[in-house]
Amino acid sequence: MPLLILRRLGNTVPTIVAVVLVIFTLFSVIPGSFTSAGDDGRVLDAQVAERMRKELGLDDPLHVRFGSYVANLVQGDLGTSFRTREPVTKVIAQRLWPSLKLTIAAMGFAILVGVPLGFIAALRPGSLIDMASMVVAISGLSLPKFWLGLMLMYLFALTLGWLPSFGYGDGGLRHLILPAVALGVSPMALLARTTRAGVLDVLNADFVRTARSKGMSEYRVVRWHVVRNALVLVLTTIGLQFGSLMGQAVVVEKLFSWPGLGSLLVDSVFQRDIPTVQGSILVIVLFFLAINTLVDIAYVIIDPRIRYG
Amino acid sequence: MSAPPLLEVENLRIDLLGDDRRHAAVEGVSFRIGRGETFGLVGESGCGKSITALSIMGLLRHPLAIGGGAIRLEGQEIQSLPPGQIRRLRGSRIAMIFQEPMTALNPLSPVGRQIAEMFVLHQGAGWSEAGDRAVEALRQVRVPSPERRVKDYPHQLSGGMRQRVMIAIALACGPDLLVADEPTTALDVTVQAEIVDLMRELCAANGTAILMISHDLGLVANICRRVAVMYAGRVVEEQAADAIFRQPQHPYTQGLVASLPLLGGRAAHGRRRLAEIAGTVPAISAYPAGCRFNPRCDRATDVCRVEDPAATPLGDGGLVRCHHHG
Ligand SMILES: Nc1ncnc2c1ncn2[C@@H]1O[C@H](COP(=O)(O)OP(=O)(O)OP(=O)(O)O)[C@@H](O)[C@H]1O
Ligand code: SF4
Ligand SMILES: [Mg+2]
Repeated sequence: MPLLILRRLGNTVPTIVAVVLVIFTLFSVIPGSFTSAGDDGRVLDAQVAERMRKELGLDDPLHVRFGSYVANLVQGDLGTSFRTREPVTKVIAQRLWPSLKLTIAAMGFAILVGVPLGFIAALRPGSLIDMASMVVAISGLSLPKFWLGLMLMYLFALTLGWLPSFGYGDGGLRHLILPAVALGVSPMALLARTTRAGVLDVLNADFVRTARSKGMSEYRVVRWHVVRNALVLVLTTIGLQFGSLMGQAVVVEKLFSWPGLGSLLVDSVFQRDIPTVQGSILVIVLFFLAINTLVDIAYVIIDPRIRYG
Repeated sequence: MSAPPLLEVENLRIDLLGDDRRHAAVEGVSFRIGRGETFGLVGESGCGKSITALSIMGLLRHPLAIGGGAIRLEGQEIQSLPPGQIRRLRGSRIAMIFQEPMTALNPLSPVGRQIAEMFVLHQGAGWSEAGDRAVEALRQVRVPSPERRVKDYPHQLSGGMRQRVMIAIALACGPDLLVADEPTTALDVTVQAEIVDLMRELCAANGTAILMISHDLGLVANICRRVAVMYAGRVVEEQAADAIFRQPQHPYTQGLVASLPLLGGRAAHGRRRLAEIAGTVPAISAYPAGCRFNPRCDRATDVCRVEDPAATPLGDGGLVRCHHHG
């Protein structure tokens, strides 16, 4: 098994190279690049532009620039922010922890609420609790995050005054709850639905009938034979949702003034701070890759049928 | 008064519940199995063998449900028992082996654990004791190096090995009746005989009766004392196994016997063309009026198309359901 995991890790290397290549190329070919106008419409002085192009090596051939980009990357150098003149690595590092915290909290909420909800719904199909949970699931999927965030803010912060309405505060739990819920509701809803479908699927499987033929109670059938199999089906959804959550957080981070990578990305886009944009995207994509690698490793551990060939 | 048979199915009816109406998927099915007896149930795909077996196990699920009749285990009606009580009979007194060895085992659980569950469930064993006994159970079904095999997952075993595991599970608690629903259909021909022999041998040693379900009349007749032939949800003929071969009474049974390749006396005449029975089993909602076999029967007359034939008793306690039997 350790060998399998190693091989799976090895498989991500080409993907990472491809990601770096795409991000680099994207910013080298899009129009309105490094030295063009800011959003105020002013054009850089020709001399200044010339100096910048030299400084950044923009006139070198593409492959040379890619080479130096990768060489810097390997040394942990993502370039210098146009805006703050700080290393992008440092800018991102400040945002990474709040971003991770928000993503993990949102996913935790989604799993802890969505999976049990789907389970209960599947075990009592057609019941009141089934219908109620599916109403929650469908509305959770269709409500825009922005609106939902506003409603949460209005209710729990402004009306009830239980929680702070925005900001990172001291980094404690109280500031985390509302944005995490706003971000977690849609993966929660999706998880409730996939869990329900997965459990129903497993309950119809032949081996569940075998389990019943052995004379075990329905509780044991579920504990011994359904849970793990259903989890295997849900794990993919968990991975995909978790992985993309950091990118999905943009709106919620802006709304709650949360100092994460999402809001850094948006701000940098508006400020034409291309090294920071590049860096943020790279980190968000790498997070996605990391989560999916972890999920694949989890599969190797819980599903003996999986062998990477 | 003689003791009641081990299993008695009387006038069983299984309903397929539709949105607006119910269809009888199985109707008027009766048979008895004595202690230690092997009884065969034969019929084409879709005639209701599996659901009859499941009804005995109390495992029918929506949209299927028992609609009438009685299932008795040593005289006690079990089809109306509360779920908790029938559950305790499952696995301990009646056990079942399923048609599909590929999917009948939990893919995420080692086979040893799946056997051990039986000892934990029915005999109050702890997991480590149950694990040791699972090794023994595997040895009994002649799985080589059982100490290692208990740790295997189902996908690591061949179809034949998995069916051996199923047999080990089914016989773990020494049941009185083993319901074997086409236990060899999905297996290689070479493995089929091994599995059937193994089942017979172990059941004979423990005095376990077998309800052997198959679409293969030859197989069933070889190992069973009595055979019932089902067609479209009914038992159309029941006789002692040798009598079914010598004098099949129902046109459908006659067709089945005629289609058996190279068996007994006919082998002497060399390989004769298999007499196939033309047509297919009708769907539950489209059973024809009168005798259900009439569209495929070359002996059918007008009465067959309007009147459902009643069961005519045969000499040895058997029956046939045909207007023109013999
Ligand atoms: N869950 C179900 N829902 C609806 N119809 C069903 C269901 N299970 C079985 N049936 C129907 O009941 C009839 C009898 O099915 P059954 O599985 O008992 O056939 P069988 O004799 O075991 O056939 P096979 O040899 O293919 O296993 C079939 O017509 C089948 O379509
Ligand atoms: S009752 Fe008629 S149709 Fe049915 S099997 Fe007998 S002869 Fe054929
Ligand atoms: Mg069947």
